[in-house]
Amino acid sequence: MDIAINTSQSRYHVNEKGYYGEFGGAYIPEMLYPNVEELRENYLKIMREPAFQQEFEQLLRDYVGRPSPLYFASRLSEKYNTKIYLKREDLNHTGAHKVNNTIGQILLARRLGKKRIIAETGAGQHGVATATVCALMGLECIVYMGSVDIQRQAPNVARMKMLGATVVPATSGSKTLKDATNEAIRDWINNPVDTHYIIGSVVGPHPYPDMVARFQSVISEEIKKQLLEKTGKALPDYVIACVGGGSNAAGAFFHFTDDESVQLVAVEAAGKGVNSGFSAATSQLGKPGVIHASKTLLMQTDDGQIVEPHSISAGLDYPGVGPLHAHLYTSGRGKFLNATDDEALAAAYELSLLEGIIPALESAHALAKLKDLDLQPDDVTVVCLSGRGDKDLETYIKHLK
Amino acid sequence: MNRIDQLFQQKPKEVLNIYFTAGFPQIGDTLTVLQALQDGGADMAEIGMPFSDPLADGPVIQDSSTRAIANGMKIAVLFDQLNGFRDKIRIPVVLMGYINPVLQYGVENFLRSCQEVGVDGLILPDLPMDEYETEYKPLFEKYGQHLIFLVTPETSESRIRKIDSLSRGFVYAVSSSSTTGKDKDMRLQESYFRKLQAMKLQNPVLVGFGIRDKATFQTACQFSNGAIIGSAFVKAIENSANLQETVQTFVRNIKQ
Ligand SMILES: Cc1ncc(COP(=O)(O)O)c(C=O)c1O
Repeated sequence: MDIAINTSQSRYHVNEKGYYGEFGGAYIPEMLYPNVEELRENYLKIMREPAFQQEFEQLLRDYVGRPSPLYFASRLSEKYNTKIYLKREDLNHTGAHKVNNTIGQILLARRLGKKRIIAETGAGQHGVATATVCALMGLECIVYMGSVDIQRQAPNVARMKMLGATVVPATSGSKTLKDATNEAIRDWINNPVDTHYIIGSVVGPHPYPDMVARFQSVISEEIKKQLLEKTGKALPDYVIACVGGGSNAAGAFFHFTDDESVQLVAVEAAGKGVNSGFSAATSQLGKPGVIHASKTLLMQTDDGQIVEPHSISAGLDYPGVGPLHAHLYTSGRGKFLNATDDEALAAAYELSLLEGIIPALESAHALAKLKDLDLQPDDVTVVCLSGRGDKDLETYIKHLK
Repeated sequence: MNRIDQLFQQKPKEVLNIYFTAGFPQIGDTLTVLQALQDGGADMAEIGMPFSDPLADGPVIQDSSTRAIANGMKIAVLFDQLNGFRDKIRIPVVLMGYINPVLQYGVENFLRSCQEVGVDGLILPDLPMDEYETEYKPLFEKYGQHLIFLVTPETSESRIRKIDSLSRGFVYAVSSSSTTGKDKDMRLQESYFRKLQAMKLQNPVLVGFGIRDKATFQTACQFSNGAIIGSAFVKAIENSANLQETVQTFVRNIKQ
């Protein structure tokens, strides 16, 4: 495993100024400069250290349980008359892809001598993954979570607490992921020396989008190997992933961006419908702007106020998208689709009944687009099954009635 | 000459700059507050352009921003309100805000409007220095707008020099590494203030964040050319029954 440290040649990867095309950068107030600069100066250096890589690899293997299986979903394939593989990030320790990134960042934080860890979380998966690695390393952990999300993802709140983390409700704005991120950034401003902020997606100021994408790139690295073993070809026709901030998609796309034969399909949350006023389909509704210190596509009013998004899935309920996805979208390299709340629910039930796998609501958005892609019998599609659905049972049961 | 530069020429000590959020408590209060600040004896005013997600601000300014936006405040409305304000207001006025609303208004349009109505400078905390230098500096100069950068206790000496060389008007010394409205003890930062003093920057220095009354104002003034009060003022006018009187009393209590 090389955690993608020597692969920055792709024009879809970040440039030396921290931009993906016109998107990215670090629009930070001066109070954050020392922290972000420290990270920018050190992240690649640390990631290249053999001892770091060894520790990262070992934890991913023995603690997270990697490689995660690439599973040929035969009944699902039969239903859509094509070949569908599921990349089983749901089988990771803690139940989602998020832990790939938190393992990497906690090792980095330790090398930077940080004593206190903060994080934001939407669905609670990133919060749990952060609380987990903090317990593992014996570091203090504070997780900011929107009060709306604390309600709808209660099992994950309980897990974080059991893991010793302090969960702080974010009560401003829409009381969801955007606001939790605001609060985490404010915490970092107020604790400029001893604290590391583990951002949970490919968002935020440079170098976060690049750093998180590299830690998550293990997903596509494994897909390539596993697909070659199973099919004799390393390249699928489609890779599909849901996009909130876009970290599981970034990881699933990373090693395929330069293989133009591979269609990269990003699925955003349409909520109640793209034009319903209750949506989180950023590429469709957004314009270039700055959110959480990154220039990207952003849902906003004409006068530049950030719009409150909506999705049934807390992890996709975000009015922006990582700058690399804004670039994949505007350059045409990525195909951006969206799935409504109802489509995601239907897809979650379908996978449960056909394959015996209950997916996270987020991942269900990716599954929901299988029906819209006009997949041919010989096409090979990999869906990134970013997480498991235990946390969403209450929502699922409510809609079963 | 820019009014900010004029002010520091005439009054290099104990400059009082007061921040308030445009369109707060009521949408029509912007000019009332500005006039009362001048009448009460404030030397400069900083008008906040409200943003939905003010990352560097604590709860008081967050709330005032949310309310101002709900009142209908936006940049275009603010310029309408400021149109003609120089007939009555002579103190320097700077606009403070986050970069996204300015980008949507259009940076050049924004700077042109600032000049047209008589604004003297800008504080845009999330506009990076590099971006300013490579993209926008000539535009700011074309429209006579001073851009004021921030330094913090964590800012290295070489970076302070760089910031000082790019800033116009004054340098905004954040008293402690925090969001606005935190009452961290300023005296703990004495070595930082002394360092700034000893560096003899080309710009005047105003200290901000955590200045809330006469005592904190005077402490800050020992090390600088003056100070900025924000959250404490916003809190004071939030529920005022007589805005003019509240504002003037607040200012007099600091200055006397
Ligand atoms: C299972 C799962 N998938 C996807 C996401 C969305 O995040 P990202 O877009 O960064 O992959 C989340 C976020 O909480 C999640 O828990």
